[in-house]
Amino acid sequence: MSAPARVLPGLLRNTRLTTEYRHDLVLWRSRPAQAGALLVVAAFAIAPFVVGTYWTTVLVYAGIAAIGAIGLNLLTGYTGQVSLGHAFFLGAGAYAASVFAGRWGWPFPFWLIAAAAVGGAIGGVVGPFALRLRGNYLVIVTLGLVFIGQYLFENWHSVTGGLTGVAVRAPVALGTVDVGSLSLFGRRLSRVQGYYLFVWTAVLVLGLAAKNITRSRPGRALQAIRDRDLAAEVIGVSLVQYKVGAFVVSSGFAACAGAIYASFARYVSPLDFTLVLSIQYVAMIVVGGVGSILGAILGALFLTALPRVIESTAGQLPFVSQGGGDAGITIFTLNQAIFGLLIIAFLLFEPWGMVEIWRRIKRYFLAWPFSY
Amino acid sequence: MTEFLQLCFNGLALGARYALVALGFVIIYRATGVINFAQGGLVVVGAYLTHQLVTRWSLPFAIGVPLAMVGVAGFGLLLERFVLRRMVGQPVFAIILITLGVLFVLEQLSTALWGYDVLMIGDPWGVRTVNLGGATIRVADAWTIGAALMTLGAFFALFRRTTLGIAMRAGASDPEAALAHGISPRAIHGVAWAIAGAVATIAGVLLAAGPKGVDLTLSSVAFRAFPAMILGGLDSAEGAVAGGIIIGVVEVFTAAYLTPAAPWLGANFHVVMPYALMIAILMVRPYGLFGTEEVRRV
Repeated sequence: MSAPARVLPGLLRNTRLTTEYRHDLVLWRSRPAQAGALLVVAAFAIAPFVVGTYWTTVLVYAGIAAIGAIGLNLLTGYTGQVSLGHAFFLGAGAYAASVFAGRWGWPFPFWLIAAAAVGGAIGGVVGPFALRLRGNYLVIVTLGLVFIGQYLFENWHSVTGGLTGVAVRAPVALGTVDVGSLSLFGRRLSRVQGYYLFVWTAVLVLGLAAKNITRSRPGRALQAIRDRDLAAEVIGVSLVQYKVGAFVVSSGFAACAGAIYASFARYVSPLDFTLVLSIQYVAMIVVGGVGSILGAILGALFLTALPRVIESTAGQLPFVSQGGGDAGITIFTLNQAIFGLLIIAFLLFEPWGMVEIWRRIKRYFLAWPFSY
Repeated sequence: MTEFLQLCFNGLALGARYALVALGFVIIYRATGVINFAQGGLVVVGAYLTHQLVTRWSLPFAIGVPLAMVGVAGFGLLLERFVLRRMVGQPVFAIILITLGVLFVLEQLSTALWGYDVLMIGDPWGVRTVNLGGATIRVADAWTIGAALMTLGAFFALFRRTTLGIAMRAGASDPEAALAHGISPRAIHGVAWAIAGAVATIAGVLLAAGPKGVDLTLSSVAFRAFPAMILGGLDSAEGAVAGGIIIGVVEVFTAAYLTPAAPWLGANFHVVMPYALMIAILMVRPYGLFGTEEVRRV
C-alpha cells in the first residue's frame, strides 16, 4: 500500500490500488466504479426520451456499430490479427437475417442466433488463413475478402437482390412483445425508441460477454498470441484453436451487428458493406482504444455521431458549398477529410484512443490529492 | 489467333499499369516496412497535377510530367517527414490505418481542388493506335509497357549499382547496423517516399492517358494493384512487375473467355479474379512468388 492510502484509509479504500492478482481480474474494482456503471446505464436508458427521434436513430446505429467494433477489437486489439474484412462479415449477417427471418419466417431469437452462427462459420473458414499469413499479408487477404464479398452480394441475385438490394422483414418480437411497438408504463414507444432499448441492451450483454472472454483464460491466451505468437505457442497456447476461435467470435459479433442493422434499416444493399465500412470499423477501435471493450463502444459512438454533427453544423460554414460537380468543399468532402484527419491525429497524438484519456483522468484522481 | 494476341497485349498493358502502381508500394515497403495504402491517393494527385500543368497552364507534356513528378515527390517527402516518421516502431495496424487516413484526406483534397468531372491530362498519344501483326495497339498502351519496363530497370540500377540504393537495402535489412555505418534511416525513408511519389505520378499519367482522363476512380486502381504486389512478394521489384502482368493478363482473359463461358459467374467476375488468384497463391507460397521469407526467432 502506498503512503496516501495509509493516510486516508477510509476515503481511499475503494480505489484501484491492487495487492493481489485476482483484484486485477474483477469486473468492477470498487463501489464507485459500480455506481458509475449504474449511472451510465441509467443515463443510456433515459436518453431516447430526451434527445429526440433523429439523435435516437443515430444512437441506434452507434449501438449496432458498437457490437461490430467489440468483435473487431477482440480480433485486432486482443489477438493482434489485423482485419480489413469486417464489412464482409457484417454483410453476411445482414443477408443471413434477411433470408432466415424474411424468407423462411423464423421467429426472433432464432434468426439472430442463426445469422451470428453463419458469420461465425465463415469466420471459421477464414481463420485458418491467419495461421499461414501474418501482418501485412493477412491485411491484404482480408482486404480481398471485402472485394470478393462485394462481388457475391452483387451477383447472388436470389439471396441479395443484386445491386438493387433487398427489403428485409426481420421483426424483433418475442411472443406478444414487439420491440417495434413497445409499451412502457402505459406509454407507447416509437419504433426507434424500442430498437434503441433493444440494441443497447444487446451492447451491454455482448460487451459483458466480451469482457468476460478477455479477463479469463481464453482472453489471456489471445493476448499472449498478440504479444508474441511464437512464445505463446511455446508456453502451450494452441495457435490453431485460439486464432481461429478469435476469428469465429469476432465475425459472429460482426454478423450479429449486421443482422440487427438489417432488421432496423429494413433494407440492405451491397453498397452498405464496402471497404469504407471496414475502414470505419478499424478507425472506431483506434479512436476508441485498441484492446479495450469500453474503447470499442466509445469509438463506435464517436465515429457514428461525428458525421451527423458535421452535417448539422456544416450548413452554417461559409466555405462549404451545396454539392455539384465543380471543385469546392461539400459536406461530404468535409466529412471524409475530417474523418481522415481524425484518424491521423489520434494515431499521432493519442495512439491508445479515447479510453486512454479516461484512464489518465482516473489515474490522476487515484491518489488524489497526492497525485504527482 | 489475332484475338488471342490482342488480348495478350491488352492484358500486358493493364498489367504494366498495375505493375507501376505496385512498384510504388514496393519501394516504400523495402525501405520502411510500411504498406502505403495512400499510394492510390498519390496516383490521383500526380494525374491531377499533370492536368493542371499541361491542360490548364499549357506547358508541353514532356515538361509537365517531370514537373508533376517532382511536385508529388516533394509531397511524399513532406508526408514522410511530418506523418510517417512519427509512426516508426508502431504496430502494423496503426501504420496501415494512418496511410488510409492520408488516402481519405488526399482524395477529398483532390475533389476540393479539381471537382468530380473527368479531366483530360493533355497527353500527345490520345486515341491513336498502331497495327502490329493484326492486333490493334494503342500508342498509350505501348508507352505504358515501355515505362513499366524502364522503371523496373531504373529500380534494378538503383538497388544494385548506386550507393543510395545499397544504403536503402542496408537500412531495410538492419536499421541499427546501417546507422552504425553512417547511413541515416531518416534520409532513406524520405528518399523512398519521394521516389514512390514520382513513380505514382508516372502510373497516374499512364492510367489517365488516352481517352480515359483523370477522376477519383483512379485511386481504386491502387486497390486492384494490391494482388499484384502480394503475388510477386511485398519486397521484390521484379515480383511487382511479374505479379502486375500476371494479374493483368488473367483479368483480361477472364473477362474475355470465362465470363461468356460461365454466365452464372456474373458480369464482373474478372474484378475479383485477381484476389481469388492471390489468395490461392498465398496458400502455397505465403511470401509471394519472389518475396523473401521472414526468418523468425523465439
